[in-house]
Amino acid sequence: MAATEKTIAQVEKLSGGYDAGFYTEIESEKAPKGLNEDIIRFISAKKKEPEWMLERRLKAYYHWLKMPEPDWAKVKFTPIDYQDAYYYAAPKSMENAPDTIDDVDPKLLDTYEKLGIPLREQEMLSGVKNRSAVAVDAVFDSISVATTFKKELKKYGIIFSSLSEAIQNHPELVKKYMGSVVPYSDNKHACLNSAVFTDGSFVYVPEGVRCPMELSTYFRINEMNTGQFERTLIIADKGSYVSYLEGCTAPMHDERQLHAAIVEVIAHEDAEVKYSTVQNWYPGDFNTGAGGIYNFVTKRGLCEGRNSKISWTQVETGSAITWKYPSCILKGDNSQGEFYSVAITNGYQQADTGTKMIHIGKNTKSRIISKGISAGHSDNTYRGVVKVMPGAENARNFTVCDSLLIGNDCGAHTVPYVESRNNTATLGHEATTSKISEDQLFYCMQRGISKEEAIALIVNGFAKEVLQHLPMEFAVEAQKLVAISLEGSIG
Amino acid sequence: MININNLHACVETADGEAKEIIKGLNLEIKSGEVHAIMGPNGVGKSTLSYVLSGRDGYNVTDGSVELDGVDLLKLNPEERAALGVFLAFQYPVEIPGVNMNVFLKAAVNALRKQRGENELDALGMLKLIKGKSKELGISDDMMRRTVNVGFSGGEKKRNEILQMAMLEPKFCILDETDSGLDIDAIKVVADGVNKLRSPDRSFLVITHYQRLLDYIKPDIVHVMADGKIVKTGGPELALELEEKGYAEFLKAEEQEKAA
Ligand SMILES: Nc1ncnc2c1ncn2[C@@H]1O[C@H](COP(=O)(O)OP(=O)(O)OP(=O)(O)O)[C@@H](O)[C@H]1O
Ligand SMILES: [Mg+2]
Repeated sequence: MAATEKTIAQVEKLSGGYDAGFYTEIESEKAPKGLNEDIIRFISAKKKEPEWMLERRLKAYYHWLKMPEPDWAKVKFTPIDYQDAYYYAAPKSMENAPDTIDDVDPKLLDTYEKLGIPLREQEMLSGVKNRSAVAVDAVFDSISVATTFKKELKKYGIIFSSLSEAIQNHPELVKKYMGSVVPYSDNKHACLNSAVFTDGSFVYVPEGVRCPMELSTYFRINEMNTGQFERTLIIADKGSYVSYLEGCTAPMHDERQLHAAIVEVIAHEDAEVKYSTVQNWYPGDFNTGAGGIYNFVTKRGLCEGRNSKISWTQVETGSAITWKYPSCILKGDNSQGEFYSVAITNGYQQADTGTKMIHIGKNTKSRIISKGISAGHSDNTYRGVVKVMPGAENARNFTVCDSLLIGNDCGAHTVPYVESRNNTATLGHEATTSKISEDQLFYCMQRGISKEEAIALIVNGFAKEVLQHLPMEFAVEAQKLVAISLEGSIG
Repeated sequence: MININNLHACVETADGEAKEIIKGLNLEIKSGEVHAIMGPNGVGKSTLSYVLSGRDGYNVTDGSVELDGVDLLKLNPEERAALGVFLAFQYPVEIPGVNMNVFLKAAVNALRKQRGENELDALGMLKLIKGKSKELGISDDMMRRTVNVGFSGGEKKRNEILQMAMLEPKFCILDETDSGLDIDAIKVVADGVNKLRSPDRSFLVITHYQRLLDYIKPDIVHVMADGKIVKTGGPELALELEEKGYAEFLKAEEQEKAA
């Protein structure tokens, strides 16, 4: 190996082995730096949006100016300078939307290829990767580059496209549902997103349809000093089913970058939505904590109809700071919400994540399984709310929060709030904190297993209950990711 | 096979001090031999097993240990394991969340990889586990449970022997594998060990009880006291110890030496 290559490999190793950290050299068109009304008009114009959309954005923007930053999470960071970032960046080659995948800049396709996401349908189907077909919406900085298997899905009446396209083609659906679960005034980060969101995915599954393949969005931040503000909207009509997965990565830049996203999910009567996330944004420098993504995300699902079900599964390994609470509003009678989470922090990462389950309908059920793993100098907090409203007869919740510590310099915290306003509710809570012991590591090593492998084995065992809820195609990758993100966690 | 020469070793105590436990120990075990070490509580038997297998915090201050001419002390624990060092723990460790099957697969393949052999696939592994666990009377159910969690004392010990059988080591240290076992279980464990006896495999059996040695016939018996081997003999030495007890035995030894 040449000396420089060796150095790079070593540096990568020290950074906790973040292998999605490359930058794609590409000509990019950006909005002027900073945030003001003109920038919002610029974004809206770029997207050729109808007037009603621009109005919504501006309303959110003026509200945002007055809103305070949320301050209750256990995370520390220097305040964000909102004027020191770009709010729109898109590859020049995407200026006139390419008609087919063959018209897309090969550099972009290569980027996704390198990340293990082939975008050419025939390549995906040829089974090189030995997995069943997954439809992908690929979002690069502020813009959707390509969406695969659209035609195939259309046969079932399923709409899967970028949100920008949906605003053009299905304004009635977007108008009705966007902001219906996460109103623009929800919190400062969500409000910012409502003003400046750029792209994201849109899914509509019609009545009685079981979506025949996994849908997924792959978010890639590439440019420096840009924020990413994606927005996803999923609507499952009566009796339908869809499983959706999002993945995220970003290059290693020295500057902190803001990512403020919104995901809204609506499940009608008898519908089920399974939403999985594998979040691997750049966590910042392993040894100093410099750089990395501020991951401030508002995700919420509404179980609107009877017997509906929304299930969140997340594997959070990246980001310098994670502030994220995928939640369920259990409005329909007999509806169910689930939250399965693995959050790993290493180096100087901070994660404050959890869920909110709001029981409104009768016989509503929720289940929370949270596994937090902290290593290095990191801090990991589970924050959860279970709320039972007066009308929620026979509501049931079961919560498990387990924390695993690796080393002596990290922190794990559990903050569960329970608020029951109906005495027929059954609520169960279990919490444990454990540590990987020298005894365990030596036992493994005596059997020939290296220390790093032993940690991966133990951590994957610890997180098993959550990982098994991921779609099969991604479970193996998630396990590997768990191992990689803990590299260097023990001397 | 294994050559231990004038070994001195310290443990790091909780307040960070070094405390010498092994104080000039000599031991040679030839290929195919079974040696037993007996000795009172706290003389350093388990410490010796940790030093030989390379545990962190057990530091060698003098002397040497060679396995088939290779300097063991330079290697980390997993490298020693790959060379064929196996330790059946006095207190097997619980690893919550990790399935026995998964653990065994990881161990077998980690060793195979280090030895430059092909890794076993899921099917090959399953066959291997099934075969070996049957011989030791271990149920499939136990293999689906997590490593040592909720295992009875006897099950834990049996599990150590299962791992030994699967990993096919060259030099096996059994640290009080008999303690906590009922009479039938001792037979099963001893059977397991006896099956593994071969001209190119050696054993160091640490025990307090002569009874185990009725089933695993040692070639040589050592008595350890205060970090050293103080007496070496044949199987009859174990009988003598059993009869007299350590205190009387050691006193007699001292008087003999003084005389
Ligand atoms: N980390 C440690 N800190 C302080 N003392 C230790 C440490 N580890 C071992 N010792 C001491 O070393 C001595 C030898 O311990 P060891 O476990 O090797 O004894 P043993 O011969 O195996 O005893 P037993 O027959 O009871 O198993 C004991 O006095 C023990 O207290
Ligand atoms: Mg002992």
